[in-house]
Amino acid sequence: MRIKIIASCVLMMLMYAGAQAQVKHKAKPKAKHSTTTGLAASIAKGKTVYMQTCVSCHQVDGGGVQNMNPPLIKTTYVLGDKTKLITIVLNGFNESVEIEGNTYSNTMPSHDFLKDEDIANVLTFVRNSFGNKAPAVTAAEVTKVRAAVKKT
Amino acid sequence: MKNRKFITVILPLVAVCGLILLNALKSDPPLKHRNIADNAGLTLPTGFTGTALITGIGSARHIAVTPQGNIYVKINRLKNGKGIVVLHDSGDKAEVVSSFGNFSGTGIYIKNGYLYASSDENVYRFKLDAKNAVIDPEHPETVVSGLINRHEHEAKAILLDNAGNLYVNIGAYSNSCQVKDRQKGSMGQKGCPILDSAAGIWQFKADKLNQHYGDGVRYATGLRNVMGMDWNYQDNQLFVMQHGRDQLHDIFPEMFDQKQSALLPAECLYAIKKGDNAGWPYMYYDQIQHKKVLMPEYGGDGKKAGGENAIDPAAAYPGHLAPNGLLFYTGDQFPAKYKNGAFIAFHGSWNRAPEPQAGYFVVFQPFKNGKPDGQWVVFANGFSGSQAQTESGRAEHRPCGLAQGADGSLYVSDDTKGTIYKITYKK
Ligand code: HEC
Repeated sequence: MRIKIIASCVLMMLMYAGAQAQVKHKAKPKAKHSTTTGLAASIAKGKTVYMQTCVSCHQVDGGGVQNMNPPLIKTTYVLGDKTKLITIVLNGFNESVEIEGNTYSNTMPSHDFLKDEDIANVLTFVRNSFGNKAPAVTAAEVTKVRAAVKKT
Repeated sequence: MKNRKFITVILPLVAVCGLILLNALKSDPPLKHRNIADNAGLTLPTGFTGTALITGIGSARHIAVTPQGNIYVKINRLKNGKGIVVLHDSGDKAEVVSSFGNFSGTGIYIKNGYLYASSDENVYRFKLDAKNAVIDPEHPETVVSGLINRHEHEAKAILLDNAGNLYVNIGAYSNSCQVKDRQKGSMGQKGCPILDSAAGIWQFKADKLNQHYGDGVRYATGLRNVMGMDWNYQDNQLFVMQHGRDQLHDIFPEMFDQKQSALLPAECLYAIKKGDNAGWPYMYYDQIQHKKVLMPEYGGDGKKAGGENAIDPAAAYPGHLAPNGLLFYTGDQFPAKYKNGAFIAFHGSWNRAPEPQAGYFVVFQPFKNGKPDGQWVVFANGFSGSQAQTESGRAEHRPCGLAQGADGSLYVSDDTKGTIYKITYKK
């Protein structure tokens, strides 16, 4: 145990030094940088929303709760069609459907009190956390879905 | 120049590592205290032994043990199409004898020559032979059918008394009877309509078939959801453990911070008499202020008193620990102080996030003359695997059902890994 800790400390130091050395050599492509910070900012803001409004059910690690609340890890809903995903957050979700082979006996309430931007950010956070990788959701997309949902 | 850069980078790292190291040295307990594997990973009071009889049998919910050493386990998610597993306990291990019953569910109980078992809508029974083996596993009788299941608190815990009655928990299909369940800002429905058909304990006849709501009596109301219940034969009444409401912070962030929301409200033990009202959804019990508090969905603010017509809990425990099993210990194997006291299996919390989760243990509540007497203690701990797994909620095992063997051994089921534990005592 102790040896492991010492070893990992040494390793950490080496890795850090290595990373520092690498940074110096890398040229920063300007345009790309600004889109990644846009994404990074959206993810960061989305995390704040998540930790306020989703965490109690879907948990800090996105793993959900056995038999109660589904995980947000690589599910077809999280990675799939954005309109469907945005609708789940706007309308809530309470259909006894199977999610990756399990059913969940809790209710997901509507979160239509969240601003379009908050919904975009939280979904962008979810789609880029917990091992997920999927394109960002924009506030404009949420606005569109909200308008469509209202009409029906 | 280069050297100085190196030092500014490395020095803080060395310092941080040093701190981590120091901490690790300090908090590493001596090895002998960590060697808990010999009790199947459980931490128990001195003199008790824990054994994992079998594992991997499915989502093992409630259990019933026969004098012949067979264990009937109700399975929540059909395994190979079966919802009841029969085990034989041969002392320090158990093997599967058979499995039957094409319905999933939680409740199981043996009484008067029958095995009763519940799905999330119905209660069935199977006749037992003289050795408590099921005679015709393919053809159960339907005792009650058509109980409400709206995919929230749908599990039907069951219990029988000595007077020919069957008690069934019908959980509320709601958190706090809001107009829109669990939605921030949505207030409580006036004259909560859920109470007519759920959020209570219903009493039916134990040996009348094909009963419906109309044949039963709403024995107690205002109980959000109950999984653990048992009959106390010292004062001849029903005791139940309620699962308290969730999400005070999510729904009323301006009244409750995440820390308060993790601890409140209490998980309550109630002594029930026919006709009692435990107050849901109009109030919750605050174990820190020691009072019944008006539910925020009905105008409360976390301080205003509520529940004038509601009974007081017999005992209160920290929030969200999810009591899934309750058992009055009547055996002679354990030391005298355990006799007639209550064991409570706490399934463990989820609604404390982002605060650390808690529970995943079996508690002992001392009793005297049929009333809780003295402070509860954690009796069996370690189901989760580690403190980190407790706090993250990623528990390896989650205690659910409790049963007492003819020799006074205590059985605990785990619905995560499908492990059946047996806890015994030797002087
Ligand atoms: C009260 C608990 C609760 C809260 C709060 C909650 N959810 Fe859910 N969520 C659920 C449940 C339960 C389901 C599954 C419903 C079903 O099976 O019908 C679900 C389903 C989902 C799904 C689709 C299924 C899946 O696993 O991919 C997504 C996506 C989702 N939630 C995202 C969110 C996000 C984002 C938030 C915060 C804005 C959130 N949820 C807040 C309980 C909750």
